[in-house]
Amino acid sequence: MQPSLRLNRRAFLQAALTAAAAAGASVGCGRNQSPWRFFTVDEARTLAGMVDQIVPPDQDAGAAWAGVVNYIDRQLCGPYESLQKIYRQGLAGVDQTSESIYGRVFADLESHQQMELLHHLEDGKVPGAAWKQLSSAEFFGHVVDHTMQGFYGDPRHGGNRDAVSWKMLNLPYPPIRGRVRYDSPKARSG
Amino acid sequence: MSLKHVNAVIVGSGAGGGVVAKELAEAGLSVVLLERGKWFTPFDERKDDLRNQRTCVLGNAFGPDERNPRVYADASGREHVVPPTHWAYSNNAACVGGGTLSYGAMAWRFMEKDFRLRSTYGAVEGSTLDDWPISYADLEPYYEKAEWEIGVSGDDSNNIFRAPRKRALPMPPLPPTREHQILKPAAQRLGLHPFDIPMLRNSVPYNGRGACMRCRWCVGFACEVDAKCGTHNTVIPKAINTGNCELRSECIAREILTSDRGHATGVAYYDSNGRLQEQSADLVVVSCAAIESARLLLNSKSRLFPNGLGNRHDWVGRNLQGHAYTGAIGLFDLETYDDLGPGASIAVCDFNHGNSGFVGGGLLANEFIRLPYQFASRTAAGIPRWGAGHKDFMRRYYRSSISVMGPMQEMPVFDARVQVDPKVKDHWGIPVARLSGHRHQNDLLGTNFMSAKAEAWLKEAGATTVIRSGPISLDGPSGGQHQAGTCRMGNDPKTSVVDKYCRVHDVENLYVIDGSVHPNNGGFNPVLTIMAIAYYASTNLVKARKGMGTS
Repeated sequence: MQPSLRLNRRAFLQAALTAAAAAGASVGCGRNQSPWRFFTVDEARTLAGMVDQIVPPDQDAGAAWAGVVNYIDRQLCGPYESLQKIYRQGLAGVDQTSESIYGRVFADLESHQQMELLHHLEDGKVPGAAWKQLSSAEFFGHVVDHTMQGFYGDPRHGGNRDAVSWKMLNLPYPPIRGRVRYDSPKARSG
Repeated sequence: MSLKHVNAVIVGSGAGGGVVAKELAEAGLSVVLLERGKWFTPFDERKDDLRNQRTCVLGNAFGPDERNPRVYADASGREHVVPPTHWAYSNNAACVGGGTLSYGAMAWRFMEKDFRLRSTYGAVEGSTLDDWPISYADLEPYYEKAEWEIGVSGDDSNNIFRAPRKRALPMPPLPPTREHQILKPAAQRLGLHPFDIPMLRNSVPYNGRGACMRCRWCVGFACEVDAKCGTHNTVIPKAINTGNCELRSECIAREILTSDRGHATGVAYYDSNGRLQEQSADLVVVSCAAIESARLLLNSKSRLFPNGLGNRHDWVGRNLQGHAYTGAIGLFDLETYDDLGPGASIAVCDFNHGNSGFVGGGLLANEFIRLPYQFASRTAAGIPRWGAGHKDFMRRYYRSSISVMGPMQEMPVFDARVQVDPKVKDHWGIPVARLSGHRHQNDLLGTNFMSAKAEAWLKEAGATTVIRSGPISLDGPSGGQHQAGTCRMGNDPKTSVVDKYCRVHDVENLYVIDGSVHPNNGGFNPVLTIMAIAYYASTNLVKARKGMGTS
């Protein structure tokens, strides 16, 4: 079931996040009062806003609905453990910069403001103490790459919910389509 | 308790070592085949687009694991300790079959000129370019043997540039894909000579295994129907079936042992329980691929060989090469994607030699199927990297694009090298490989030329937009799965490591048999040449041994 994509953007995001967080709630590494393994609730909210600019919802689902925050959260407690610090600093930096420019945290910005801020991050031209230790372009590069992995990669890693991106690309199902051909008598004889 | 003495111990069960094991075992020698990785079967197969040998953002599927770091010294001399999933690691799989378990499986014969590049083009400044001590004709029977024993499908009869072959390939090509049908007439209109790529893949049942089921998960993955032909499912089982060969997996070679008289006496290794073992043997064969073979020789130091085995003249580890890949992606108005694997199927060899302005060249071929994340993460210049524009690009062009790529013949560079690191050790306490150096300017000229040719082909095929690969970086040594060159074969012991039979110059019972011995690596995927050399060297090894009367 696909949630209505006509919901307004913020309500939609909120619904998606709640659903995704609930799905991951039982696994948490639980150092904080958060349903996530690694992220705080606020961090997850900021990241959801970012990933939804990177792969925005339109006629097809966006990255947040597809579970990209869940994907990144999971990898940060696994293969991407070494990037925990970068995410912690980077997400704090995004909100810090957002508040200093727009007076609001990133998740509460208008879409065009979010986009503008992300372009600044990408160009490495952002004010804020956080970016003295961490290159904003490097942080943003990680987020873009991990968003692509979570959105376009195998659902088994916690993103690409319902294989939504593969359906979007009209990739035939099941993923190992060849087996169908392999099993059919015509393929065997041809 | 010491292990039973054998005739031969082979380190590494990839393209080279697997073939040697079978040839020696069939000749009646007792053989121990050591492999650092595991033995996977088709039933272990799991298709994971983020965790495989080609896309390893969440790890690689077939090793090596994090216990095996390397050191990479960048252009400014800064050193980085890198894990196997890092691009600078230059990884090749660590498992029974080595790279052949999960490769794309193109099965190229090098061309005659590839064996005498120096004679053809003259000396190249800044390169150690040289001719091979053997010719294409010397290898031809062994190419044929590899094609028939391991199994190659395809049809190169339309390749007018190919070196002469005595026997056609054993299997026909797979039926053409939509990409193939679009690219073929376009190449012909341009006066090129397109043909079906030879592949180590069953297109029909062969050697007791079934045919390719044409899934989209090919390069980087093992084949779950066992239609991809590697050493793990052909020569290694045959070697074991002779009763003369014992395969020991998850064994990490520490050093080659030598006697006071300068002979190799065996191999010291850590077994799968981490216990140090010594396997003594009449002869030792090193087949660990270019980086690890060099590392093993360099780590085998003794009073007689203070700089490592075969390294009297400081040539071990030198001339590390791979391939500079280049090409273009074409965007089409029509659908090009038909979900028929493996993807790559059509190639031209019109640009392997005889180009003006640089030495050598390379083949051009259509790419293997790019899975969605691969496609998304490798958007070309001018395409938005993220946002609505990127998503639109994915929707519009995932099924309407063709990528034409090729491996550029790299010029060997003396300073592109493998050393052993003085400080960093792996999990077993063995000094790790340290990679440093740079590529040759010729590689840049060649890749620029080839990407322009790829662009022209795609335009002729009807692409509305064509985006070329950007210029390659000359920083850092090459290597990767096509790694080669570090134990050069040559007649002069002062400028090479092994002789024309792959025997280390100053150790008469020590052989290096893998891509390390290539003086240059061709404009082709090197695996069939590695297999052919393994057949050739084994045949000569067995002959020499019989001549010596050592049973």
